[in-house]
Amino acid sequence: MAWHTVFPLLPPVLLAMCWPRPSPPSLMMGERSHAGDFSYVGIDAILEQMRRKAMKQGFELNIMVVGQSGLGKSTLMNTLFKSKVSRKSAQPNPEEKIPQTIEIKSISHDIEEKGVRMKLAVIDTPGFGDQINNENCWQPIMKFINDQYEAYLQEEINIDRKKRIPDSRVHCCIYFIPPTGHCLRPLDVEFMRRLSKVVNIVPVIAKADTLTLEERDDFKQTIREELRANGIDVYPQKEFDEDAEDRLINDKIREMIPFAVVGSDQEYQVNGKKILGRKTKWGTIEVENIAHCEFAYLRDLLIRTHMQNIKDITGSIHYEMYRVRRLNESNAGPGLAPGQAPTLVSAHTNGQTKVNGGPPNGMAAQCEVLTHEM
Amino acid sequence: MQLLSYNIFLLNHGFRLRYQFEPISMTAANVPRCIGEGARAVPLAGHVGFDSMPDQLVNKSVNHGFCFNILCVGETGLGKSTLMDTLFNTKFEGEPTQHNQPGVQLKSNTYELQESNVRLKLTVVNTVGFGDQINKEDSYKSIVEFIDAQFEAYLQEELKIKRTLHSYHDTRIHACLYFIAPTGHSLKSLDLVTMKKLDSKVNIIPIIAKSDAISKSELTKFKIKITSELVSNGVQIYQFPTDDETVAEINSTMNGHLPFAVVGSTEEVKIGNKMVKARQYPWGTVQVENENHCDFVKLREMLIRVNMEDLREQTHTSHYELYRRCKLEEMGFKDTDPDCKPFSLQETYEAKRNEFMGELQKKEEEMRQMFVQRVKEKEGELKEAEKELHEKFDRLKKLHQDEKKKLEDKRKSLDDELNMFKQKKTAAELLLNQAQQAGGSTTLKRDKERKK
Repeated sequence: MAWHTVFPLLPPVLLAMCWPRPSPPSLMMGERSHAGDFSYVGIDAILEQMRRKAMKQGFELNIMVVGQSGLGKSTLMNTLFKSKVSRKSAQPNPEEKIPQTIEIKSISHDIEEKGVRMKLAVIDTPGFGDQINNENCWQPIMKFINDQYEAYLQEEINIDRKKRIPDSRVHCCIYFIPPTGHCLRPLDVEFMRRLSKVVNIVPVIAKADTLTLEERDDFKQTIREELRANGIDVYPQKEFDEDAEDRLINDKIREMIPFAVVGSDQEYQVNGKKILGRKTKWGTIEVENIAHCEFAYLRDLLIRTHMQNIKDITGSIHYEMYRVRRLNESNAGPGLAPGQAPTLVSAHTNGQTKVNGGPPNGMAAQCEVLTHEM
Repeated sequence: MQLLSYNIFLLNHGFRLRYQFEPISMTAANVPRCIGEGARAVPLAGHVGFDSMPDQLVNKSVNHGFCFNILCVGETGLGKSTLMDTLFNTKFEGEPTQHNQPGVQLKSNTYELQESNVRLKLTVVNTVGFGDQINKEDSYKSIVEFIDAQFEAYLQEELKIKRTLHSYHDTRIHACLYFIAPTGHSLKSLDLVTMKKLDSKVNIIPIIAKSDAISKSELTKFKIKITSELVSNGVQIYQFPTDDETVAEINSTMNGHLPFAVVGSTEEVKIGNKMVKARQYPWGTVQVENENHCDFVKLREMLIRVNMEDLREQTHTSHYELYRRCKLEEMGFKDTDPDCKPFSLQETYEAKRNEFMGELQKKEEEMRQMFVQRVKEKEGELKEAEKELHEKFDRLKKLHQDEKKKLEDKRKSLDDELNMFKQKKTAAELLLNQAQQAGGSTTLKRDKERKK
């Protein structure tokens, strides 16, 4: 179907509509414009419609926390979402053994604020980095992330699919760096290197109240350099900046990562106000005070400003990469059958058809291996 | 809203809380609402900040821009282009079409409109020549094909391996405005047939065009007739959604006013001290934006200001999914096999692949067989031809020999004759000589005499 014309902003006629008019408050949906503007079409009412739809549908967010035990992951989650979304796994019972393998625990919560409903899933990884031999400890995590992508892909490829595909893909992975003050450990580097390719990683320095401000800055500098040297692209990734404005904002953020955070779910009275903090003999560390720690920045980044962006990058970039990879794997045979079936039907041999001698089981095993390996 | 939930909170807990002035946490400590599977509702102890999510979403969409595609179906001369101009308050391009089109074609034009900070990519598709032919049986086909083609394009993009869905220009038709001629009696059969074919593919909004030709009483009767005809023929027109409380009321009232009777005009007439869009007649002026005169304002309200997003959503979630399902099933993909165990992707592909390979081989075999057969046939033919040629050659040779023989015979007879003649000649000469010798002297004499 041939289009005829595409007019970019026709000057004389359409400029009449480009007046910077604030949408008159009386023109909400439901009211007609009798004596109102005759030249006001009402296209911007779509924003309101979208907002309504979004509020009705609710949002989903899946955050994964990775780090050695004792770094305050659960506490930070509780602080971020101001509720008990994560149970602390600190085991006072000495008979409890450290788990031999890394478990992945995903707990969902429904939270609501000012009419906005959100389904939050916190994915915990107890046991990460806790063994003596930590080789391949990222594998279960990678497998989990890829499994979520796989589930979404399966649902998407279905013939009869749901109206809204439940999104269990991991949107953001917060990686906790222990506050050694020196540099990144090999485990950290390995993990982040592998995972930054499949998920958005936000590294944070945990328990930052053990570092003085100078130590903190040095540490951050070292970490940033090491990340750069190893080619690790953490969120916000440079290559996904959309325009100059984005780049400006994201550059500022990139100057500050990794955030040095302190988590707490205890409230104390400071100067007559109740605030979250950690009370020590030498003072009280206020969690939300940016002079004390950078928790507020992290929270703003994750929740208040960049949440949608994080979800978009997961959906349109990481997921698409997984999908391409996955569909190319099963392309050792005929390729994407639905999409290429028409061409297969019309032209009997597709350039990509290769004879796959192995049985279907062999191919499945092949795929399993390919998905786990990075 | 806040107060209401506070009361519910009280009722549910059965005791009265001392009122604390902490509005934020009060709103946050809501009653657990109806939730999804396996999730527990957790009250928040403070302001987290994700209430900015809708804003983030809206901002992203604003940056991205919106697109909206309208299809106008109706006979030539019903005022489709004028109505589009009036709706969007701008002059779209195009001259009125002629009435002598041989078939129905669809012309689509895309425009970029901007109002405050919202950019809209509007595509208006017009049917050219609809209802003009003498035989209108196939009129709906090109429309259905067009709509399907847009779905197909989207499906192809969605099924690609490397795809760019978020920057894809969506050309699927979101709303179809069906223009009904203002006869005042009932729907034409062409209208019924076309609408029936389109109702499962697109959101149909029927409107009565040029409704200033009908009086108010006739209009109510006409509307009732139309709706009853649509219902009795099972045509599903688009119903404005009534599930969201904010717009349920207005949408349900509007549902009762369908089909909208509209008048379009881009000319402005001075009424009182304002310039309004109107059509001026000697007996009065029809104001487009006057609700007593026509339903234009209702149409604009419903189409653009209240339900544009819902139209897009319906197109994507119902009509497109239906198309996709049918298309994929047509190609033979199923989700579950006859035993109702879900097929894995892998298996489906393998099965399909084997099927295709099998078919391929079969076809190859067939072709080979055919080839061999043909060769045989050709050989046979050639052999026959050869044989024939040989025969012919033999025949000719024989003929030739016969001829030769005949000729020889003739020659011989001729020779014989010749010989005989010679003999006769010699005999004759002999006789002559004898005769001459006998009377030779006389001849000599005669000769001599002559010589003398």
